[in-house]
Amino acid sequence: MSETAEAKVKEPLFSKKNKKLLTDPLNDDNPITIQVLGICSALAITVQVKQAFVMSVSVLAVMIFSNLIVSLIRNLIPSRVRIIVQLVIVAALVILVDQILKAFVYDVSKQLSVFVGLIITNCIIMGRLEAFALANKPFPSILDAIGNAAGYAWILIVVAIFREFFGSGKLWGFQIIPQSFYEFGYFNNGLMILPPMALITVGIIIWVQRSRNTKLIESN
Amino acid sequence: MDVNKNSYIFGFSALLVIVVAAVLSFAAESLKPMQTENVRIEKMQNILTSVGISATPAEAGELFDQYIIDQKLLSNKGAVVDKDGLTAFDIDAVKQYKDKNLSPEEKFYPLFTFQNEEGKKYIVPMAGKGLWGPIWGYVAFAEDMNTIVGSTFDHKSETPGLGAEIKEDFFTQKFIGKTIFEGNEFVSVEIVKGGQPWDSPHKVDGISGGTITSVGVGEMMERTLGVYVPYFKNTSKASL
Repeated sequence: MSETAEAKVKEPLFSKKNKKLLTDPLNDDNPITIQVLGICSALAITVQVKQAFVMSVSVLAVMIFSNLIVSLIRNLIPSRVRIIVQLVIVAALVILVDQILKAFVYDVSKQLSVFVGLIITNCIIMGRLEAFALANKPFPSILDAIGNAAGYAWILIVVAIFREFFGSGKLWGFQIIPQSFYEFGYFNNGLMILPPMALITVGIIIWVQRSRNTKLIESN
Repeated sequence: MDVNKNSYIFGFSALLVIVVAAVLSFAAESLKPMQTENVRIEKMQNILTSVGISATPAEAGELFDQYIIDQKLLSNKGAVVDKDGLTAFDIDAVKQYKDKNLSPEEKFYPLFTFQNEEGKKYIVPMAGKGLWGPIWGYVAFAEDMNTIVGSTFDHKSETPGLGAEIKEDFFTQKFIGKTIFEGNEFVSVEIVKGGQPWDSPHKVDGISGGTITSVGVGEMMERTLGVYVPYFKNTSKASL
């Protein structure tokens, strides 16, 4: 016992294991494409890149703090009520983020409107608390939070790029497809703006990822 | 310590809830002045945007005081009323629209008068219903109280890319130059689907895919402006 404890103390800040916590969720263990969590928000707020970005940052903040807090008090939480304890902590943090956004960056908070509240129900956050923070020390928990939030973010932003580009001809609110295209009969694809296309886009990303990453190819 | 004892679970839960409640109420209370100030500034910005003045949050207050020379309250019959301690700016159109307990007589309709070197403009706030939630806006009229010179709309939770487009310039600019009276009769401005004559002075092209929100804008304008009709008619005649 004391030996392992000592070994852990000597573990460098960014050991191989800790780095893996950061990089794994980006590809091999991506929360959206592999674990298929957080699909709900991936569908709802990927119409425009800007919204997807702000949502990702908010999720990152909530995830870091919830993972940190739960990890700090992990030995005090009675396991029979742990889910509700996690929920209370996440909900409190989300409301805090919402209040702070409203006070300091009012226009951004208006952009996100109801979606901030929906972070509470984002399965990735609960999933990471349950699967990681409850059993690990604070520092790896923070890394795990950053890794998973980044894995969530890049999928969200890639989907949003496709949807905003083909759906409205814009990126980050700026017109990309020139007016002359429209004069030649080009039309924005209205279907891209609707939620089903988000699901199809996520599906295509999963397909591409699975065919490129040999670790993910199932044998049977 | 056994963390799975019932007494511990009760104690832990109670403590957690109390701590969380304390933190949240402290945060809400201490941030509240900033939040209400943001809402106030945004309202000033919206009012100024409807007459084509874009103000940053920092300068909105100053420009508002400079240009808005008069604020009036109208009753639901369109008569100017004087209500102690209540200015036009204090009326929250959305709240008033949603409040089912208010009788029509208890509702007040604000009117802002804007003046710059080009003359006066009259700004009417309004609120209505979109597809998912409330929508609201400000419509500015020229001195004839008939021609729209500008507008701004906003919404709480319309679909991005569809109904939410009502707040974009391309939509609000279509209202400029439209009129709400045909001869002496109030006809408001109708939001219509494609293929209809938009060059009519009372019709505006709606947003494809945002039909319910577009119709909501039309309904909101007709209902709200209807209240102002008696005032507009009397005042514009008197000044002619």
